[in-house]
Amino acid sequence: MTAVTTDTPVRLTDSTKLRAWAEAVAIPLGALVVSALIFSIFLIFLGKSPVDYFQLLWKGGFGTSFSIQNTLQRAAPLILCGLAFAIPAQIGLTMIGAEGALVLGGFSAAAIAIPLVTGGVPVVLTMPIMAICAMVVGGAWIAIVGWLRHARGVNETISSLLMTYIAIAIMNFFVEGALRDPGSANKPSTMPIGKDYMVGYIPATDIHWGLVAGIVLAIALQIVMTRTTFGFAARVTGGNARAALAQGLPVGRLIVACTAIAGACAGLAGYYEVAAIHGQANASLVAGYGFTGILVSFLARHNPIMILPVAVMFGAIEASGGLIQRRMDMPDATALVLQGIIFVVLLTSETLYGRFAIFQQKAGAERT
Amino acid sequence: MNDGILATILISMLGGAIRVSTPFMFVALGETLTEKSGRINLGLEGNLVLGAMTAYAVSYHTGNPWLGVIAAGFAGVFLGSMHGIICSLPKVNDIAVGIAMMSFGTGIAFFFGKPYIQPSAPRLESLPLGNWSESSSLRQALDINPLFFVGIVVAIAMWWALANSRWGLIVRMTGDSEPAARAMGVQPHQVRIAATAAGGFLAGVGGAFLSLSYPGSWNEGLSSGQGLMAVALVIFARWNPLRCIIAALLFGAAGAIGPALQSVGISQGYYFFNAAPYILTLFIMIASARSSSSAREAPGELSITK
Repeated sequence: MTAVTTDTPVRLTDSTKLRAWAEAVAIPLGALVVSALIFSIFLIFLGKSPVDYFQLLWKGGFGTSFSIQNTLQRAAPLILCGLAFAIPAQIGLTMIGAEGALVLGGFSAAAIAIPLVTGGVPVVLTMPIMAICAMVVGGAWIAIVGWLRHARGVNETISSLLMTYIAIAIMNFFVEGALRDPGSANKPSTMPIGKDYMVGYIPATDIHWGLVAGIVLAIALQIVMTRTTFGFAARVTGGNARAALAQGLPVGRLIVACTAIAGACAGLAGYYEVAAIHGQANASLVAGYGFTGILVSFLARHNPIMILPVAVMFGAIEASGGLIQRRMDMPDATALVLQGIIFVVLLTSETLYGRFAIFQQKAGAERT
Repeated sequence: MNDGILATILISMLGGAIRVSTPFMFVALGETLTEKSGRINLGLEGNLVLGAMTAYAVSYHTGNPWLGVIAAGFAGVFLGSMHGIICSLPKVNDIAVGIAMMSFGTGIAFFFGKPYIQPSAPRLESLPLGNWSESSSLRQALDINPLFFVGIVVAIAMWWALANSRWGLIVRMTGDSEPAARAMGVQPHQVRIAATAAGGFLAGVGGAFLSLSYPGSWNEGLSSGQGLMAVALVIFARWNPLRCIIAALLFGAAGAIGPALQSVGISQGYYFFNAAPYILTLFIMIASARSSSSAREAPGELSITK
């Protein structure tokens, strides 16, 4: 991949692009390999076989058509939550509140469904209203984070995490109070939306349409971020906010728009969790997809398209959890340890960018 | 009648504030030390959870809760020095590494903590400082854990040392201006690794309080964001260890509103009162983010205030 020579100016830029691309793929892949090695050493210390682990991971994630469907099912919210981190990251924000937008989006979809379903509003109308409601609520929730960042200089990382806890409290307040379905005894929930109002499956599979929504959104956002004026302005702001201001770019509006898009993605993930899986809003919505999405986005280097394969990989890690737990007698937190190691190694690998001569342009213009 | 209820609420809020504030105080002091050296560690949530698990496990196996406290501190040193060393590499973002350390710390705590959810470990004994009182609720409120006083002593010592000692000067200089530190022959990375490791120790001890005193058992929902709220608390305390005590007590009182109201039978809106510390933190951040006095007292090299 580095055989391209650099004799003509045109090919020089092509080569630079190719090298940068190769670097952006090779370093995260290397980080994954190193993480797998460290995790293997960890397993050996515990007297478990790493070979068994990775075989079961493969089997539980991709081994049978059932496990592939299970993996893709779990990949859907990870794609949407990965996008919810990636879009603000492109404008230079570290926004970690997707979990809160997911919970609040899912909850508001379930809440607005109650009058619609009891009122007998047709399915074709109810479903889009629920989805739009989830996206608007999620988008508005995270847009607050962006607005506070721009207008008041409030650190978005801390505020978005605080708002996650507030979002969960808001859902609990309603689910255990005013909107509690009297039928849900052990696990307080909202009224079930009913089978007719649930999102269906992609034909011939057990995968709900949330996966398609995730893929479409990833492609759409990739186009928006790389091919439109808005995306260009957002990335300029991410590169250097002061330069963007000096250029007269509407930095505040760009930040609010990017955070709103992020919240809408996470809110949509919440909609599919409610309308395709649980059928009602309850504490099951707090499943950690929002936090895994952060790691997904980092591994994909905040590139919407790259989020797709990475989300599938983490979907497989989660899908195989049960099998590994049973076969190897290991706690369900094993997946968390693996994810934690990948996360730390991956961020450490950031230091390697620009260090390998093979990824650098050969003649002149040396980067420091 | 109404006076009685109000007094009960206030007394249980006082007791709650003292109990709930202790982990806040330790994490905030640890974060203050780290931030004074010019780096921010968002991963103290991981230290808190791993510290809680380690303390509980060590106390269970040795029967001595104080050994658990020390072990929790060293678990915190492990995570803190990892953060410090990784962030010393060029091009590595300290905020992102903090998020990763949070996920790594909670991951290993949950992994190794599974067997300790059921068994009961010896707790830290509280000091019954309210024995003079007739009122049982006041006696209960003044049952204060010795770690609370340890925290206050650490805060005073840190405040004195940062202002007056040679070490304090080096930490502050590194935090305010890296070029100045280099000019004085100080290695900024070494200072920051040491400050992050020491800060990690304190956060680990804060975790030990969670599992060995209040709430006083180990489970996976033990800490819910206290480690991160401490970061905001430090901004509120303007990087001053003494103000950390007051800020921690304030947060403790906010966290105690829900349980205090529940103790007199008001359970409506329980979840909203539980969210009070988060809402309070958010408002404090909104109020203090752009204030000029906060900007003046912030360490110059800090990435969140730059």
